[in-house]
Amino acid sequence: MTESTMKAPKKALRPVKWMRENLFSGWFNTVLTLGVAYLLVTSVGPLLNWFFLDANFVGSDPSACTGAGACWLFISQRLNFFIYGFYPDELQWRVDVMFLLLAVSFVPQFIERFPGRKWLGLFGIFGLPIVGYFLIPGGSFGLEEVQSSKWGGLMLTLILAYIGIIASLPIGILLALGRRSEMPIIRGICVVFIEVWRAVPLITVLFMASVMLPLFLPEGVNFEKLARALIGITLWQSAYMAEVIRGGLQAIPRGQYEAADALGLGYWRKMGLVILPQALKMVIPGIVNTFISLFKDTTLVLIIGLFDILGTVQSTVTDPAWQNVAIEGYVFVAFCFWVFCFGISRYSQNLERKLDTGHKT
Amino acid sequence: MQTPPKDQPGKKPGIIRVEGMHKWYGDFHVLKDLNLTVDQGERIVICGPSGSGKSTFIRCINRLEEHQQGKIIVDGIELTDDVRHIDTVRREVGMVFQHFNLFPHLTVLENCCLSPIWVRKTPRKEAEASAMEYLERVKIPDQANKFPGQLSGGQQQRVAIARALCMKPKIMLFDEPTSALDPEMIKEVLDVMIELAGSGMTMLCVTHEMGFAKTVADRVIFMDGGEIVEQAPPHEFFTNPQEARTQKFLQQILAH
Amino acid sequence: MKKQTIDTRPAGPKPWYDPRVRSLFFQAIAIALVFWGGWILVDNTLSNMESRGISTGFGFLGETAGFGIIMNLVPYDATMSYGRTFWVGLTNTLLVSAMGVVAATILGFIIGVARLSSNWLVAKMALVYIEVIRNIPLLLQIFFWYFAVLSNLPSPRQSVDVGGALFLNNRGLYLPDPVTQEGFGIVWGGILLAIAAVVGIRIWAKKRQLATGQIFPTFKVGVAILVLVPIISYLVAGRPLEWDLPALRGFNFGGGITIIPELAALWIALSLYTASFIAEIVRSGILSVSKGQTEASKALGLPNGLTLRLVVIPQAMRVIIPPLTSQYLNLVKNSSLATAIGYPDLVAVFMGTTLNQTGQAVEVVAITMAVYLTISLLISLFMNIYNRAVAIKER
Repeated sequence: MTESTMKAPKKALRPVKWMRENLFSGWFNTVLTLGVAYLLVTSVGPLLNWFFLDANFVGSDPSACTGAGACWLFISQRLNFFIYGFYPDELQWRVDVMFLLLAVSFVPQFIERFPGRKWLGLFGIFGLPIVGYFLIPGGSFGLEEVQSSKWGGLMLTLILAYIGIIASLPIGILLALGRRSEMPIIRGICVVFIEVWRAVPLITVLFMASVMLPLFLPEGVNFEKLARALIGITLWQSAYMAEVIRGGLQAIPRGQYEAADALGLGYWRKMGLVILPQALKMVIPGIVNTFISLFKDTTLVLIIGLFDILGTVQSTVTDPAWQNVAIEGYVFVAFCFWVFCFGISRYSQNLERKLDTGHKT
Repeated sequence: MQTPPKDQPGKKPGIIRVEGMHKWYGDFHVLKDLNLTVDQGERIVICGPSGSGKSTFIRCINRLEEHQQGKIIVDGIELTDDVRHIDTVRREVGMVFQHFNLFPHLTVLENCCLSPIWVRKTPRKEAEASAMEYLERVKIPDQANKFPGQLSGGQQQRVAIARALCMKPKIMLFDEPTSALDPEMIKEVLDVMIELAGSGMTMLCVTHEMGFAKTVADRVIFMDGGEIVEQAPPHEFFTNPQEARTQKFLQQILAH
Repeated sequence: MKKQTIDTRPAGPKPWYDPRVRSLFFQAIAIALVFWGGWILVDNTLSNMESRGISTGFGFLGETAGFGIIMNLVPYDATMSYGRTFWVGLTNTLLVSAMGVVAATILGFIIGVARLSSNWLVAKMALVYIEVIRNIPLLLQIFFWYFAVLSNLPSPRQSVDVGGALFLNNRGLYLPDPVTQEGFGIVWGGILLAIAAVVGIRIWAKKRQLATGQIFPTFKVGVAILVLVPIISYLVAGRPLEWDLPALRGFNFGGGITIIPELAALWIALSLYTASFIAEIVRSGILSVSKGQTEASKALGLPNGLTLRLVVIPQAMRVIIPPLTSQYLNLVKNSSLATAIGYPDLVAVFMGTTLNQTGQAVEVVAITMAVYLTISLLISLFMNIYNRAVAIKER
């Protein structure tokens, strides 16, 4: 018998060993490593210069941008437009309040054991739209009215994505239940509805909403452009939502349905009290993922003439006062989207892992 | 049962030789100074509590796990980093897993023929004929064209044994072959293994089936904490264990 | 279902408590609602169109379009009909989709495999690529390539010149156009011969394996034949191929094949974006093959290459193909973002210009949606057939 304190034989020093195993195992890997490293070294320097060292940060007008690097001045000067669009300056506090409420209700969702985070989340889903409905457009409670045509920038992007996802949730639930219904006609209607929306690109839906919707409505009734876009986005998104929720409904074991039946619950109680609470919890990661893709897809509204964050940037990079700021503008928008999407997707992955362990029995 | 076409009579001593073998997972010392010599035709049963390293040990013998110190020599070939040696050894050593690991995208017959065709370069017809022979030996020739997913656990494990035998190996390793099976299916697999033992195959079995050990084994090895604690012929092992740890283990498994 | 005689049947409930009656009732209501809603929409639309003086029907498709399109695969000029603009748009959509699918697949598989590489640096770079690209909106990426990269290329006079045959400038990428000469038939013959030979060798190799067990390196020999035979026949026929080289004529290039910057930007962005999703699909497909499978394969003595080819890839592909086809479908749908940079795809040409000029919103939108619906149904059909063919059989 040997003493159990015996250590594994050390072949080499740790970093050296690690590099030999992970970077230089065999000629093929060595060539790959050297190639990638060369590309990295040659590209990081110029990028760093452009982003920071040669970039201009201070100043107040385009002439201050003299360096060979990025002109970040452009972003800081037009930031107000990128965030609020044409929303009047003195009323922007209303938007800020909404941003704050949004952050208060959803940021704690990332922090486990945050006191009352469930209630904050529920407020975010049910209360926030009501507050926003009165606060952003104004026109009641003595608030000055702001036409929706003046909304724009990041604020509009968030409104589109947020309302799109919240409004499509109930429709999606109904469609998912309908698709799993035992009544062939109901099922058929839902299948056709879902598959048609899923088959067509969002652009055609937006075109349809902006061109055809006015034709569908009785004379005299009309919606603003934003409302039409929202209707289109919601219908389109509800089809995707339905498929996500259907996945959850299918994952609920048969026994749960049978147990609910055995307890004498009717269809709606069975679904509402037993099946949906479990299914919805299970598909939260899926819903978050559809939210991410909807969030990215909201940029398409610029094609029908709404000024979301990309729309505001796109309309200013062609401003003759600023020369060649397109890359700066795109990098700024890309960064905004990336932070949101990457953060949320990480959150959903964590959630998925947690839920996964909860259901493997 | 017909004997495998191998040089049977002159039993080669020490077809497996393990000398001073150690293995670590990171800093964790899993196998400590193992020494074992197995002669051709010998049937060894390895038992021990879970986590004692017995599975890891037999997985080292066809180098599914690598050892860091000591020597493992199988059929005269030492297992090192050399890929050619590893491939040669694996051709001569068949293995049966706890979870069968049949290839779900291939039929039973294709599972059995895969390796003979691609590694042994056997003509397909010949490979299929020989596979059918082995499938008959494990008593499921009628399932040859089904997919593994369509069979019961016991049937799948018997296919896995046939698949390993199709390579006409000199040594068979069994890694808890009955642990994942329902009680009524254990017997059908054990019967096949007992028959195989009768044909003179060199076998190393990690198993909790003490009945199997008593009837078949030439030697029983007891492992605990990564060490070989005791080895003895089954009669001696079960009636007169020397070490305290062995006694305790036997009490526990024979108690129920 | 048991067969029951009427006598033993329990007394039927009152009709409004009978689930079957209820179900029929609800379905009747659903149908009525759908028809009612549809009728209201149609009625509103008709009266709206009447008050705006828009005629209904597909007659407009025969009228003269009168506008130019910057790129057309089927012959087109401004004197042709609106119907023809549909085909121009559709072929352009299909072209960029096909180019995107090929590029995204190749790139996606490479990055997906790189993500699993044992080389730490390569795996991390693949991860960075995936996480950056797929979290940035596609439209933004298209804008980036179109407005920030391609339009900053030099003007035609200062073109990037690769060997006098390939030119790159802010008007597009100019490639030499192969023009077949007399005697090129021999080359076609050579290509056909090579294909026939490869098929023949495959059959022969299988037979030989059956008889002797020898395995023939079909793949390597096949590739060699496919490359060598056409080249030899090309030389034998006296090089019957001439290249129409692009050349600077006045302010712009003429001759050769032109890839307009709109197409290039859309193609690059679509391929890079979709590749990041495909890479994740490929990675999880390969990871879905359990470790036990590779262990069993190794225990049978199959070396690494064969383990990958015979055990891992066939199983991974079953997991990869369904989400992969839905990515292809997404790519086709995303190609409609062409509108934003003016690439004349179906949506830009037909749902854009044609709709604006004719005002036939209902017809045009219906046709366009029908096209995408058809593509989607065809892809799902293919996928269902494939799934049925390869489904792993279970009890």
